[in-house]
Amino acid sequence: MAAPGFERVAISEQEPAVRAKNFEEVCLGYTEEEAVLEAARCLNCKNPRCVQGCPVQIDIPAFITALKERDFKGAYSKISEASALPAVCGRVCPQETQCEALCIRGIKGDAVAIGKLERYVADRAREEGIKPSLDVALNGHKVAVVGSGPAGLTCAGDLAKMGYDVTIFEALHEAGGVLTYGIPEFRLPKDTVVASEIENVKSLGVKIETNVVIGKSVTIDELMEDEGFEAVFIGSGAGLPMFMKIPGENAKGVFSANEYLTRSNLMKAFREDSDTPIYRPAKVAVVGGGNVAMDAARTALRLGAEVTIVYRRSEAELPARVEEVHHAKEEGIKFELLTNPVEILENEEHFVRAMKCIRMELGEPDASGRRRPVPIEGSEFELETDAVIMALGTSPNPLISSTTKGLETNKWKCIIADEATGATTKEGVYAGGDAVTGAATVILAMGAGKAAAKGIDDYFKNKEA
Amino acid sequence: MYLIKKKSVLHSSIFLMDIVAPRVAKYCEPGQFVIVRTDEMGERIPLTVCDYDREQGTVTIVVQIVGATSEKLSKMEEGEYLHDFVGPLGNPSELVTDDIEEVRKKKILFVAGGLGTAPVYPQVKWLHEHGIDADVIVGAKNKELIILEEEMKKVAGNLYITTDDGSYVRKGLVTEVIADLVENQGKKYDLCVSIGPMIMMKFCVMTTKKYDIPTIVSMNPIMVDGTGMCGACRLTVGDEVKFACIDGPEFDGFKVDFNEAMERMKLYKTEEGRALLKLREGDTHHGGCGNCGGDK
Repeated sequence: MAAPGFERVAISEQEPAVRAKNFEEVCLGYTEEEAVLEAARCLNCKNPRCVQGCPVQIDIPAFITALKERDFKGAYSKISEASALPAVCGRVCPQETQCEALCIRGIKGDAVAIGKLERYVADRAREEGIKPSLDVALNGHKVAVVGSGPAGLTCAGDLAKMGYDVTIFEALHEAGGVLTYGIPEFRLPKDTVVASEIENVKSLGVKIETNVVIGKSVTIDELMEDEGFEAVFIGSGAGLPMFMKIPGENAKGVFSANEYLTRSNLMKAFREDSDTPIYRPAKVAVVGGGNVAMDAARTALRLGAEVTIVYRRSEAELPARVEEVHHAKEEGIKFELLTNPVEILENEEHFVRAMKCIRMELGEPDASGRRRPVPIEGSEFELETDAVIMALGTSPNPLISSTTKGLETNKWKCIIADEATGATTKEGVYAGGDAVTGAATVILAMGAGKAAAKGIDDYFKNKEA
Repeated sequence: MYLIKKKSVLHSSIFLMDIVAPRVAKYCEPGQFVIVRTDEMGERIPLTVCDYDREQGTVTIVVQIVGATSEKLSKMEEGEYLHDFVGPLGNPSELVTDDIEEVRKKKILFVAGGLGTAPVYPQVKWLHEHGIDADVIVGAKNKELIILEEEMKKVAGNLYITTDDGSYVRKGLVTEVIADLVENQGKKYDLCVSIGPMIMMKFCVMTTKKYDIPTIVSMNPIMVDGTGMCGACRLTVGDEVKFACIDGPEFDGFKVDFNEAMERMKLYKTEEGRALLKLREGDTHHGGCGNCGGDK
């Protein structure tokens, strides 16, 4: 076997032409030998910068050291100390801008493939039936968690480990939040990866009640006053889809990415045995450049469409992970960059027939630091398409903030919460994840869930003191 | 899992179920809806709340068989369990949330078309319980499709039944009854609440507009989650795009773009709807309006 070098050990993936026609996972993961070989590239730094880059502060060198020694159980328990969802994070975290971005190895070569190693350890633990260990007495305090996405699961798991009696309330019929309804099967398998990590959280004693819409089925005030919950964590995500407000947007064949992905992922409309329909036209245009746009585009491709991504800035500004853009291109998705829709055109039966777009150029940097796209006058053209999927981002659902006394929001309807503790303007109520920040990533939501669990624990300790 | 405590067949294609769902029963109000899933691979379908019993923890739904999912549901019996039952969703009727004294001052007319009788019933019942007797027009294609007649009689001020084919009480559309009441019988109404197939609501609104009677309609577009997440249920109301699930389901009927809403209902009729139609011939609306040909 070659000595560990400057390049990371390559990982196998399904061939683009093959995977473009199925919903199986794209990345196949490391073998044991590959994982151990890649682990050997870790220099086990005294001052591990990678850990600083991790929103949940996994002791990365420690788990990689155990992995080098083929102590998979040890590696898994190291990760589990910090993260409830390692098989998820190993797949969907943007490691290239977090832990791996700070890896010393990255200065002269490839950073250690921390994410892929995390995934290997978590998958191995699942295959061998290794569970996170729990040895804690219940402390008698009841905490409610709203939403079973990454923030809620993390917060609930951490609180359970501290001895709290935790119940998660989920609005949909299945737990997982964005992991279940948003991220497609080919990136994050549901029955194996997501379901088993949720089971792990449940094995810590966390109860999950599905089909409860907080703010409708019951309010936070009622949970606290009538049902004996002493503290609440809100991790309800950013649920409301945005549209462009251009003419034709209500034509048949225009969908939010949320709808399209929910049909495919949560409702399993891609499968023959699902009762839920999904629109399967020949040509699909996806508007947006984030991970959700890539997910929608690659789903449409797998459902048999010719797919074009329309994004108003240039490739360098695409907010999606580089890996996702790369995969999308490999699979044959076309990109119309520096292009913005201005109108959706319908046929006589009010189905989408084309999208009128305008070419853009980059001007001065805007508030986000990215160069502002400006339309090029007279450059309108028609992009022929049968469907348009709007992947423009989401905003928090006001359902909870509008029904909870004393819970304040900012002008974007995001719940105001302290970054370090998750504390909101209402006593005993904490919040984190997209409900606070607006649409962000799985791992940032997990970081917020973790911080809030600590915040809630401190709240109880201060109350008792 | 949610127990089917009671099931009764109202017509060969319409049935009623009491579902044990204490959380929903505790807080639901007239005008709201639930989302139901029969089984693991089932579709999420929105159904309006027809009645509820807070003490028993039950919610009553009335379903018409229009496709694969409702057909599946129709085959489920007492003692069996629905996989999912979530709610209450949407906003309660304004009649329930508005100042009751203001509501008392109004003369209210309900116009129910076919299965729309089911969501109209709890509103009329609620008003009756608060000492307000509203007039109710119930229209259906024929006598067999008139549902909840006895129940409605007990809570309505005057009940006017009409059938498209004249097989029961009178022959004619609901709009003709409105015209008759206003023009010939000297009735004056301050508010109309119209619930039924979209085409019926559209024509109802055209009629009430003529008589200057503000009209509330309850929209039942395609939905997935029912909590504002997907936007499938979006409608144009006035100059704005609204989501029926969180902004509605009740809207100012004068402002709703019915033509667009009806077009959007057809989306899956020509797509996966075909598979559904294979299972069960027919109509994607709730039938009984006599205008759209959906029952033919």
